[in-house]
Amino acid sequence: MPAKLILSMDGVVLQEYALNKERMTIGRKAHNDIVIDNLAVSGEHAAIVTIQNDSFLEDLDSTNGVTVNGMATKKHFLQNNDVVEIGKYKLKYLNDQPTQTTAADFERTMVLRAPPKQAAKTPDLGVMTNTQVGIQTTARAAQGDSTGKFDTTGSPSSPDKSGGQAAVVQILNGPNSGKELELVKNLTTLGKPGVQVAVLARRPHGFFITHVEGTSYPVVNGESLGEHPRQLKDHDIIELAGVKMEFYFKS
Amino acid sequence: MNIQDALEIVSLTNPGMVRSHNEDSVSHDAECGLVVLADGMGGYNAGEVASGIAVSVVMTEIKHYLEEVRPEDKDPATGEDMAVVLLRDNVQKANASIYHAAQSQPQYAGMGTTIVSSLFYDNRVAVAHIGDSRLYRLRGDVFESVTRDHSLLQEQIDSGMISKEDARNSKNKNLVTRAVGIDAEVEAEVHVYDVERGDIYVLCSDGLNDMVEDEDIGSTVQMLQSNLPLAASQLIQMANDNGGRDNVSVILVKVNGEFAAKRGLFAKLLSWFKN
Repeated sequence: MPAKLILSMDGVVLQEYALNKERMTIGRKAHNDIVIDNLAVSGEHAAIVTIQNDSFLEDLDSTNGVTVNGMATKKHFLQNNDVVEIGKYKLKYLNDQPTQTTAADFERTMVLRAPPKQAAKTPDLGVMTNTQVGIQTTARAAQGDSTGKFDTTGSPSSPDKSGGQAAVVQILNGPNSGKELELVKNLTTLGKPGVQVAVLARRPHGFFITHVEGTSYPVVNGESLGEHPRQLKDHDIIELAGVKMEFYFKS
Repeated sequence: MNIQDALEIVSLTNPGMVRSHNEDSVSHDAECGLVVLADGMGGYNAGEVASGIAVSVVMTEIKHYLEEVRPEDKDPATGEDMAVVLLRDNVQKANASIYHAAQSQPQYAGMGTTIVSSLFYDNRVAVAHIGDSRLYRLRGDVFESVTRDHSLLQEQIDSGMISKEDARNSKNKNLVTRAVGIDAEVEAEVHVYDVERGDIYVLCSDGLNDMVEDEDIGSTVQMLQSNLPLAASQLIQMANDNGGRDNVSVILVKVNGEFAAKRGLFAKLLSWFKN
């Protein structure tokens, strides 16, 4: 819920304003966001700038000035229950959310303004380490059994995806008939590279098959897949590059 | 092979699962071999504005200059490839225009953006970056980060204060030490690398590499390299499946052939006539 201002005079509430714009102006003229039609109020009297959960009050060089909690101010970081006075009018600032930065703020990319000394150090680093070593070279995923005919490759697994339910693809025909392939990786490719390849993706809500390459699309339960991914159900039959496979969940 | 045929480029951006705005911007131009990705920051829509300015300035200005100069030519003043000079100067130009917009419009105060941009030419690539948007390269079986973040975290790793393992759990992942548009001047880090046939370059915003481990990014690109659009959408899907806490953007560039610059009198004559 955004913070709000409650406009009152002589203890009578006149209006409530949500601070839902980054900048809201207060003044006598009609174009202001908060209009107070009183001669003691300047045309543009003050502004409130709201950034995320914080609001700042700024006096726009008004004739009669602004007070917050009885103190005259030019600029003020508003706190919950502050009372802003403009002439005879009172604006109470209400913000029930904690003003501290929340965890979500840490997700945002922010610029760290380094002190000058440190700033000078940064370019040096770039020069000295001109070779730009990669931060991380990855361990390669295990290559599937290279019978040459039918390759499967997997990406490194990360635990507890797709509700933890294990699934298997079993080959039903051809020389590898009966072979089982457990789908423990995030991605498993099936097929013959250069001819026809599909990928099985393990996602939090299940397994999905998608066409990768080749002129014809994989067929699931007799239906061609087309370009779109399809969620696999227990005992679905997949046909791909002449190989029939059954997908099922391990109990 | 001309560069347009030698490179296959796919770019994709997505707001993620949590944010309502997409503050990332991406753009590519196959004809010039130029790709740009920026991740904006700032309140309300200021982040979008900053990254949008950065991408459009770098893209249009470099394209414009490439009508006059060739990226493989040497700059008479510095002896560097023109590609390097073009990237550096135009990132600076983007910096100036974001900085001035932020100075003149109160709602844009403090906005800024990271940037990573690559210009492919003459079997090489010039890479410029500022902040924590990255360029990775898959070559054969090796997937590695080519750029080094300008972030507090990277500085802490470099100075040995924390290990890479600790870094994954660090709270201040998103503090960048350099950004476009925050100060009147900024220096982009620019390097040139040789390109090999079969290389795949991945440019991404931190919305990808914060949510998906490097090795998962690498293996996904490797497994799906025959279908680049699918690889890009799979990467974004993985980031979103893992929480998608930030905007996610990816540009993939696959090198399908050589693109050496034409040399010799004829090419010079031709380019002379073109001008």
